[in-house]
Amino acid sequence: MSMALEVVKWAVRTILRPRRGHITERPRPAKAAQVSCPAGRREPVRLLMSLVALVVTLSMLPGCGEPPWNNPYAARQAGENILYGAFTERPKHLDPVRSYSSNEYAFIAQIYEPPLQYHFLKRPYTLMPLTAEAVPEPTHLDAAGNPLPPDADPDQIAVTEYLIRIKPGIQYQPHPAFARDADGRYLYHDLPAHEIARLNRLADLPQTGTRELTAEDYVYQIKRLAAPWLHSPIAGLMGEHILGFRDFSQRLEDAAPAPVDGERPFFDLRGLDFPGAEVVDRYSWKVRIDGRYPQFVYWLAMPFFAPMPWEAEALTNQRGMEDNNITLDWYPVGTGPFMLAENNPNLRMVLARNPNFHGETYPTEGMPGDAAEGLLADAGKPLPFVDQAVYSLEKESIPYWNKFLQGYYDTSGISSDAFDQAVRFDAAGEAGLTADMQAKGIGLSTAVQTSIWYMGFNMADDVVGGDSERARLLRRAISIAVDFDEFISIFANGRGVQGQGPLPPGIFGHRDGEAGINPYVFDWENGRAQRKSIAEARALMAQAGYRDGRDPETGRPLSLYYEAMDAGPDGKARLNWMRKQFAKLGIELIVRATDYNRFQEKMREGTGQIFMWGWNADYPDPENFFFLLYGPNRKIDGGENAANYSNPELDLLFEEMKNMPDGPERQAVIDRMTEIVRRDAPWSFGFYPESFSLHHQWIGNVKPNLMANNTLKYLRVEPAIREERRAAWNPPVVWPIGAIAVVLAVGAVPAIVIARRRERSAAL
Amino acid sequence: MSAYIIRRLLYAIPILIGVNLITFVLFFVVNSPDDMARMQLGDKRVTEDAVQAWKADHGYDRPLLFNADASGAAKLTETIFFQKSAKLFFFDFGTSDSGRDIGYDISQRMWPSLAIALPVLLVGLAINISYALMIVFFRATYIDFGSVVLLVAMMSISGLFYIIGGQFLIGKLFHLVPISGYDTGLDAVKFLILPVIVGVVGGIGTGTRLYRTFFLEEINRDYVRTARAKGLRERVVLFRHVLKNALIPILTGVVAVLPLLFMGALITESFFGIPGLGSYTIDAINRQDFAIVRAMVFLGSVLYILGLILTDISYTMVDPRVRLS
Repeated sequence: MSMALEVVKWAVRTILRPRRGHITERPRPAKAAQVSCPAGRREPVRLLMSLVALVVTLSMLPGCGEPPWNNPYAARQAGENILYGAFTERPKHLDPVRSYSSNEYAFIAQIYEPPLQYHFLKRPYTLMPLTAEAVPEPTHLDAAGNPLPPDADPDQIAVTEYLIRIKPGIQYQPHPAFARDADGRYLYHDLPAHEIARLNRLADLPQTGTRELTAEDYVYQIKRLAAPWLHSPIAGLMGEHILGFRDFSQRLEDAAPAPVDGERPFFDLRGLDFPGAEVVDRYSWKVRIDGRYPQFVYWLAMPFFAPMPWEAEALTNQRGMEDNNITLDWYPVGTGPFMLAENNPNLRMVLARNPNFHGETYPTEGMPGDAAEGLLADAGKPLPFVDQAVYSLEKESIPYWNKFLQGYYDTSGISSDAFDQAVRFDAAGEAGLTADMQAKGIGLSTAVQTSIWYMGFNMADDVVGGDSERARLLRRAISIAVDFDEFISIFANGRGVQGQGPLPPGIFGHRDGEAGINPYVFDWENGRAQRKSIAEARALMAQAGYRDGRDPETGRPLSLYYEAMDAGPDGKARLNWMRKQFAKLGIELIVRATDYNRFQEKMREGTGQIFMWGWNADYPDPENFFFLLYGPNRKIDGGENAANYSNPELDLLFEEMKNMPDGPERQAVIDRMTEIVRRDAPWSFGFYPESFSLHHQWIGNVKPNLMANNTLKYLRVEPAIREERRAAWNPPVVWPIGAIAVVLAVGAVPAIVIARRRERSAAL
Repeated sequence: MSAYIIRRLLYAIPILIGVNLITFVLFFVVNSPDDMARMQLGDKRVTEDAVQAWKADHGYDRPLLFNADASGAAKLTETIFFQKSAKLFFFDFGTSDSGRDIGYDISQRMWPSLAIALPVLLVGLAINISYALMIVFFRATYIDFGSVVLLVAMMSISGLFYIIGGQFLIGKLFHLVPISGYDTGLDAVKFLILPVIVGVVGGIGTGTRLYRTFFLEEINRDYVRTARAKGLRERVVLFRHVLKNALIPILTGVVAVLPLLFMGALITESFFGIPGLGSYTIDAINRQDFAIVRAMVFLGSVLYILGLILTDISYTMVDPRVRLS
């Protein structure tokens, strides 16, 4: 370091040394000739030498223990127990009544606590209590309200009741909505207009308070789900299941005060009776379901059913608050391990430890192998492990990836651009990290998602749809021809598993191995599913009357229409690939590419023919996939069955299956349903996407959990290792600055020479 | 001059109505109110009732441009176009379709945009003028020829290349500044260095070539010949006489873009994670948030018109021969 300083001093002295005629006197034109003398020539040389010295000096600086210059975080955060991540898109909603996408859950699931959650380590996904004392058991009631035994005739069941008891002593995060004065009056529930006009952020209300979580808060939130002005995306679904939900919604519509200047005044929902959700006592509440809906218990693990204190609405629904952007959609209030300390979704979102968190401990049991992987090392320790989580907006994948490699993000997905740099597949097809990634100590986590991408045939279409054998054979032939293994390899970097049925792995009813293959499309050969040959597909085409892919009516190649939603340049390769798949059968595929809005419109109207779409599970139950093929749920009737498939036998089995507990009987019903769907082939079961994520060596307790959204509390960070690695990976390289200076200086010499020569030359 | 400015401002009103109308038509050709509702409500499990309720709550349940069911002036006023556009002329941008106060968001996000655009403009101007002057000084030499080739090459390279190349070299390879990000106050400086460098370097090709043309145009004028005949050195001729006269088109060009500096740079802000108005607009388009799109287009049009008026005024200030009438 001292040597470097000496060199710097020398270089500076050399550069700044007064030179003859340059500072002390102004050169006259007559003396310009001196430049051409030997002494004058030495000036540029000396300058050059000085610059070279400076470059050498500067290039030595990185070794001087400087902290990284490219650290995007404040220096005061160095060594802190903070987790750094990124988000690519601004979350649209943070109000649990409206939020329904994964990028929103990444935040609010750490803040709001529904009664249940998924076990972090156990598979298959298992529900466990969060704020509840236990996972509630359903009680069936007859039409008169009398309890029925568990094995009661399903036709007798009029209402299903869930009694949820929550743990006492749970406190909300500090929040101005709870702040009171000495007399117990709320400080901010009745603010004058001029004070509200001055507010821009919730932090402008300095006093905060808290209170205990009560059963009333959960009931209040269910009532909010029914409030028409809050536009909950599940209001329609809950209207079908929660007792009296639709009537209550209508009552709210009628009773609520009208909006004033676009803002709806606070409407206290506590006093309104609602048969679907009822407070039993301070810590107990009931939900009543119309008939049966065993899957309802899964909804109790989603933020839709998180508690909402009435005080929060009383604060944010004052007139003028919405105009000043102070809404529940922007400032969540919960009981979870974290609270939103900074909400600037255009730049950064910061979750900080909730000082009032009720306490929870790391799971003490998991799956075989978890202990060996160190996932039980923290068993029984209090959660959460990190003090803060800082998420920065990173819209583009390139800077996101590079900052991850520099150690400034602790975890990352893998974009297609960076895939080859990060992952390699071995001879057995197993994914592993490249040597570069291993050298950096990066870890890879993979998991098959509880999702499916399928190619759907519109069953309402005259050519590919319907229940005729001809159409069925055509669909099967296409299912064989479209090679999704190739699709996964080309367009998903191998991140996916070929679909064999509507249920992805991890969902009850899915079968692996030979028992799980779709026999209409695959054969079991050499211990793996092998797609049937194109010859077999062509034979099916011939049976269907389309010999060599020709339409017998016209004698020309059969023309089919593919509705594409990726009309951009990126989608072109995919569409070309799709055309080639159909061309194997002699079919001419006409692509009707459009934007997503028009695509959805076609699906709703049933005017599409063949399309690709996906579904991401809400909860790990086969009902959540088979309902996409349930006849009464057809898209053209307003449901989610985009293929508009309807099979009476399947519909009956679905009704039976959805109310059954997991077990051999349910598996048998699912097997039968799967067989029907495979035979009818309304979908070609494309693939189950596989998620790949990377994490640095200083992150602990990483286990993909595709159902749980509140996993931040389990993650552990080793800040000391991170600091050391960041410094090692990011030494500032300053010689290029000097090199540019040298290049400019060298370039300046002939310029100076020419300039002086011109000045001396006589005018023409 | 006052009468001229007032007249120009009055001319702006039909222009702004026209811009609004075109924006409105273009937006709703691509997106229907139903699409907007579905975008806000999400993809899953959205019922038709929910879509209709959202439209009613947000004022998108009216006809687009003409309400045949209404009577009198209401045929035009009881439409989405009128209801959503009228307040803009009083600079009341209202709330976005997701419920945010647009005026507040603009007031917050224009500063990061300005923090990049202003240094890029000033540093770029200084470098481009200096470089152009140098080329003109060395005209008809290898420096001139080499520089023109270099400038044409720089002009031909995509702006995206400069961004990615800058991030790769300066941020990733040399570790000199953060690759992307932003912060408030003085902490923002380290994040601004790279986008400013990229912005300046990316603009050198076009800017310097343009200014070189201006200088070459001036250098053949009579007053320059006179100055040389008086025995002034070439440097003095260039810096004292040519530069001053060539600054008139440069200055007026700069004044025209000054108001637009607030509007931000779309791609630069997106790649560098700068929370400015450029990324605000892009996000709104992606989210089909018509309220923000129309507000930003309106603001851009107003600022553009303002820039043109300022240009006219600046002409009178730098060139005494020009009079506004």
